Amino acid sequence: MAPQAQPRPSLLSRIEGLPIILVFLVLLALFMWLAPEVFLQPFQYTTFLSTLPPIILLAVGLTFIIGAGEIDLCFPAILGVSGFIFAVIFKEGQSDLVSWIGAKDTDWIASYGAGQIIQWFAIVAALAGGVLVGYVNGILVAWIGIPSFIATLGTQFLWYGIASILSGGKSYALRGAEQSTVWMAVTGRPFAGSSIDWVQQIPIQSLWTTLIVIFMWFILNRHRFGEHTLFLGDSNAVSKVVGIDVVREKIKLFTLMGLLAGVAAIFLTLENKNYFGNQGQGYLLIAIASVLIGGTSIFGGRATIVGTIFGCFIIALVEPGLVATGLTGSWVNAARGLIFLIAIVFYLYVDEPQRRANFLARLVRFRAFGRAGPAE
Amino acid sequence: MSSVEAALPAPDFTDLVRLEGVQKYFGPVHALRNINLRIGPNEIVGLIGDNGAGKSTLIKTMTGVLKPTSGRIFVRDKELSLDDYSVAMAHDLSIETVYQDKSLGEKQPLWRNFFVGRQITNRFGFIDIKREKQIANQILMDVIGFRGAGISVDSTIGNLSGGERQGIAIGRAMHYNADLIVLDEPTAALGVAEVRKVVDFVRRIKSSGRACVYIEHNLAHVHEVADRLVVLDRGTVVADLSPRDMSVFELTEYLIDLQQKH
Repeated sequence: MAPQAQPRPSLLSRIEGLPIILVFLVLLALFMWLAPEVFLQPFQYTTFLSTLPPIILLAVGLTFIIGAGEIDLCFPAILGVSGFIFAVIFKEGQSDLVSWIGAKDTDWIASYGAGQIIQWFAIVAALAGGVLVGYVNGILVAWIGIPSFIATLGTQFLWYGIASILSGGKSYALRGAEQSTVWMAVTGRPFAGSSIDWVQQIPIQSLWTTLIVIFMWFILNRHRFGEHTLFLGDSNAVSKVVGIDVVREKIKLFTLMGLLAGVAAIFLTLENKNYFGNQGQGYLLIAIASVLIGGTSIFGGRATIVGTIFGCFIIALVEPGLVATGLTGSWVNAARGLIFLIAIVFYLYVDEPQRRANFLARLVRFRAFGRAGPAE
Repeated sequence: MSSVEAALPAPDFTDLVRLEGVQKYFGPVHALRNINLRIGPNEIVGLIGDNGAGKSTLIKTMTGVLKPTSGRIFVRDKELSLDDYSVAMAHDLSIETVYQDKSLGEKQPLWRNFFVGRQITNRFGFIDIKREKQIANQILMDVIGFRGAGISVDSTIGNLSGGERQGIAIGRAMHYNADLIVLDEPTAALGVAEVRKVVDFVRRIKSSGRACVYIEHNLAHVHEVADRLVVLDRGTVVADLSPRDMSVFELTEYLIDLQQKH
């Protein structure tokens, strides 16, 4: 230890996620310069407000999972399963109920607002579905002891399969959904009466998502559960010694992921006013990449919600950015992959002094002998 | 907050921990043979012996990790039911173990490491960070004695030296008023200066009125700090001696003789 009095934390460590915030600002400025007709207009940003919430919710859940040194590959299937549960109850719940109780005259049911109640119940059922899937993942990983990569790979196939069996491969268009109180409360446009055109398009789910994110930031950084999450990612052996119930906390982690994915499924399905068969399949890498670009350690033990949010922003920025500057959609995934890898290498270099030392040693050996030595 | 350095009240028991006729078998292997051992209330007991002598098995039995096959265990002169004895119960009885490398979360700041598992929270489970940091700082200064060492409560454990980490783990055990602190080879893989720090921490355990069982390979370290040395050989206590009666050199010769008798 250097013998100075009190080590001052560097600027880098005092502001959470600072490097990634800077990268985001640079990218944004670049796109504003290259495609001002898109990025200096408000509409691109109101579009983000409606497309980003599901990605952000998934990525925040994954921040906990990856911070705990685990992985979840199952959440795209939750978008499918919870989305299906929601859509089917939302759309057909009332008529199914009527035929189930055998009523001939359906007017009295409608007059009590049963349709609205059933649509609210659709939300509860979809969340319960997500929680159940997450809980099962937790049991498989923590209690039975299957590595999370394998367990959630299996459950992803299982739940996608079940959703597909139940829906018969059909999609459910939720026509007229914007008339319902559920739509207004969950994905409505609260400023639709405004005189400014872009303000009319601000979606309310961006507000809900912001509140959830702030709450989850407090859970991760200020709550006992968040601290346990980070210690789990640091070392399961240490966690046991200091008295953390490893099995219980891991089950909670995967259940939380299921709940957040359930919320994401509802936002996605209602915003699209449609459920389709393999809904959610594009989200796997986007969400994982957002978390890791944000600076959460791939080895667990360190996680940042702020970083994750800006990781989501960067991932989302790439698509309209590249398309607006005249590149084709094929470039988008290539660019995302490249950003992802650069970010991983950067964090390895900054945060893992051991690995950095090994890397530099290898480089020196390479120059000295003209060939790389084995890694120690 | 009680001041940790304050003298503990005079104990109303003679032995903090006493083992009588403890036997432990792992299948056909007779790991502990008829162990009789007592640890006094303010005693530093060095546990020495060659690899495989049963040192680890003995402390694991003492701290509730392993169940003895037969025998009796007393804590503060009260006999324990061997079926109920567990690590959690050992913690309740103020017995803490500091493992060589499994006690601290490497990527976490120091203050979280002091309180993890026993956080100061409100009733919703949110941590009182200000209070935790303040107490951690106090432990750092008063109990561990890291004054101006360039270490703060925000330091990440991974940036500390091996000796400093042992100090943190020992300081944590002392803060939680452990009456007996078991140190499992705390100086393994440490440099000379770091070993010196650990030996100083063990002295602090003594001066704060606590007891310590100190497992050590290096005879010089343990000879310097222990009140009593217990030598284990093939699962039996073969000697129970005072470091004043035997120099490090004589002790070494004695242990080599033991080996050659095999």
